[in-house]
Amino acid sequence: MSGTVRQLCMVLISGRWYGLPVERVQEVLRHSGLTAVPLAPPLVAGLLNLRGQVVEAIDPRVPLGLETPASERPPVNVILRTSGGPVSLLADDVGDVVEVPEESAEPPPSTLGENIRRLISTTCTLQDRLLPVLDVDRVIEGSSERSSGS
Amino acid sequence: MTTPARDEGLDEVVREFLAETREILVRLEEGLVTLERSPNNPELLAGIFRGFHTIKGNSSFLGYTRVEETAHAAEALLAAFRDGRRRPAPEAVSALLQAVDAVTRLVAPIGSGGAEAAVEVAPLVRRLSEFSGAVSAPEAAAARAPAAAEPAARPAADATVRVDVGLLDRLMNLVGELVLARNQLLQHLPASGDSAGSRAAHRVNLITSRLQEGILKTRMQPVGNLLHRFSRVVRDLAVTCGKRARLETSGEDTELDRAILEAISEPLTHLLRNAVDHGIETPEARARAGKPEEGLIRIHAYHESGQVVLEVADDGAGVDVSKVRDRAVRLGHVTAQAAEQMPEPELLALIFARGLSTSEQVTHVSGRGVGMDVVKSNIERVGGAIELVNAPGRGLVVRIRIPLTLAILPALIISAGGEKFALPQGCLLELIRPGETGTQRGIERIHDAPVYRLRGKLLPLIYLSRFLGTGSDTPVSPTVVVLQGADQAFGLVVDAVHDTEEIVVKSLSRRLRELDLYAGAAILGDGKIALILDVAGLARRAKLKLDAAAVELNSASAARPATGPACRRLLLLGSGDGGRLAVDLAGVARLEHFRPDKIESVAGREMVQYRGEIIPLLRISEALPERRKQPRSAAAPDGADGVPVVIYRQADRHVGLVVDSVLDIVEEALHSERPATRTGVLTCAVVRDRVTEILDMDHLFRQAVAAGGAR
Repeated sequence: MSGTVRQLCMVLISGRWYGLPVERVQEVLRHSGLTAVPLAPPLVAGLLNLRGQVVEAIDPRVPLGLETPASERPPVNVILRTSGGPVSLLADDVGDVVEVPEESAEPPPSTLGENIRRLISTTCTLQDRLLPVLDVDRVIEGSSERSSGS
Repeated sequence: MTTPARDEGLDEVVREFLAETREILVRLEEGLVTLERSPNNPELLAGIFRGFHTIKGNSSFLGYTRVEETAHAAEALLAAFRDGRRRPAPEAVSALLQAVDAVTRLVAPIGSGGAEAAVEVAPLVRRLSEFSGAVSAPEAAAARAPAAAEPAARPAADATVRVDVGLLDRLMNLVGELVLARNQLLQHLPASGDSAGSRAAHRVNLITSRLQEGILKTRMQPVGNLLHRFSRVVRDLAVTCGKRARLETSGEDTELDRAILEAISEPLTHLLRNAVDHGIETPEARARAGKPEEGLIRIHAYHESGQVVLEVADDGAGVDVSKVRDRAVRLGHVTAQAAEQMPEPELLALIFARGLSTSEQVTHVSGRGVGMDVVKSNIERVGGAIELVNAPGRGLVVRIRIPLTLAILPALIISAGGEKFALPQGCLLELIRPGETGTQRGIERIHDAPVYRLRGKLLPLIYLSRFLGTGSDTPVSPTVVVLQGADQAFGLVVDAVHDTEEIVVKSLSRRLRELDLYAGAAILGDGKIALILDVAGLARRAKLKLDAAAVELNSASAARPATGPACRRLLLLGSGDGGRLAVDLAGVARLEHFRPDKIESVAGREMVQYRGEIIPLLRISEALPERRKQPRSAAAPDGADGVPVVIYRQADRHVGLVVDSVLDIVEEALHSERPATRTGVLTCAVVRDRVTEILDMDHLFRQAVAAGGAR
């Protein structure tokens, strides 16, 4: 086998770990205040001043259908590279960058609801744990209908 | 022929030469076009002379002989103008403009490290010499002197410097990093209890924000830089097309980011080509139509509700919509039947369809008027929009709106519900601060919609924090910001007003733009983000149905706008039993709400203190004996605001009519009038589909006054 590896950045969202392709992650900011946008869709958690740029912060819990955990520690801003400029993905925490062998990647389990499944590009096995890898662009775009639950 | 040396030291000089020459050429173009119109302007002549003179000297020093020869011949011609030996006739000015073009072509390859272009300039030089009767080239060579010995042709007070754009971008990045570090400092220091450090951090905070703002502004340029070049374009186009046209511009100081300026340069040029080629008629046709022979094209640039607007207006023939329709049908963009049904604005928009043109002939200049579809797509690529306002026979206005991606805007910072927002200064009409004529008292309700009476006119109000859901408390001392919405003025009630700042506008994502609430976001001096409110969108979204903004409650003005004889202006009231009452609006001075404890009872009569006067109150139940539903101490239906009272005025006396609820102000023809059945009522009619008793206010007034009360 080829033995190629993927590098994934681990992020903790609502108590679950997900993987992000490391090349899409520009930087991680802690302690950055968000400015709320009244009347914006719930997907948009607010706006962030990133070195003079106004960056939109997305709450991935909305498209992923996850609940907000009780203790609201300030979220971490995972700044992602997109074709339209940087976008922040809010997470509870950021973990290490891990390497997973390419061949451990599988399509997301069919037990997931359609709405969630389209947000996950692959599922990798990491030390006996399944790590869903998020499809960054789709998460940012958000689902047009609220998922009915995962 | 000497070639410029290529060693390190000279490159800097060459770059400098290029930059300066390009600047001078732009100014020369503009100056020459102006010179043609006003030839007797010694200052202008001197300026143009200096321009060519500087180019001549610099190019001589660097060994660009063709540039030098061209500039020299041009300079000699200018000297002839200046000395009065020759007049700046159109052909002469054309030759000078050709000299400008020639120099532009000549220096073009130098930018990429080459020599001056191998363009033959002898014929042009000869032509210029013929015009000026000047000395021939060999003698001119003898007059060459090193550039250093000639005084620099710069205006005395030069308050600007040229900076490399790459350097500006690097500075911007550094400041960005500084901002990030500043943010981190601010997070840690206050908590650490190091007060001296905190103070220092806050200073760093302020300085960093200002630095950031300043650097961003360096990328802004006034749109005039672009517009000034167009005078030449219009002039040349007119000459080529055999027409006469001139360009006027306004709003040159409107600033835009460099990138946007570059993006709109071509679309604007297309529009000008179309205007001259297809819009403006021939001088004969114009004369026949009673227009001045010279066509006028006007470009007007301004800021409006968070956008930069560029209007290109011509006084030509406008667009013949039927021709557009026919061509669109012929090209298959739309079927004949559909085209018949199409309203005019849609037909007009067909101009932007690919391949469409209203010119029967292919002209050398515009081709088939091709470019409108390209214009539209170029504008839309930078997030803008384009619209047409057509006046057949009189002209066409093309309006381009560009979102303020990076434009600068003077804005008023306000806060509502604990958040700060920015309001574009251009929309601001006035501010009504608490303490001035008791703002709270001025806020009234019509049909549950808050309004403010401003000098006799009713202004619809939006409570911003309530509207945005950021807070529901009515501010104790609200400030009303009067804004110009799309069609009408309205008032925005906010918690507080802060400074006016020049903010750099950042665009929002499309899904946030679609909310129609925010025109962008701005980073304030303290580094925080303030959303820029879209004033027109706000008004639209609040669905202000109240047309009371146009209603004047000032009963003293007897003159009414012409309404049908059967139309009356009525104040619709609800009565406690669900019935409807109305009073004629004439004579109604105000609507007030009084707290029940303010209503005093003296000798069996109810009164209230109102503006230094004691006025008698009349309850409907007393006025109309059969209606007996209001116990005297009833709380008002909308208890929090007090008891609604219609203050009625005759001469200088006031009477208050206590009502259950105020429903609306209507202007209606009364249907099915029938005579009143009891005293106190003038007539009974159907208003807004409900049976309504129109009260006889004269009678009621007399009744209240007679009972003893009005001072």
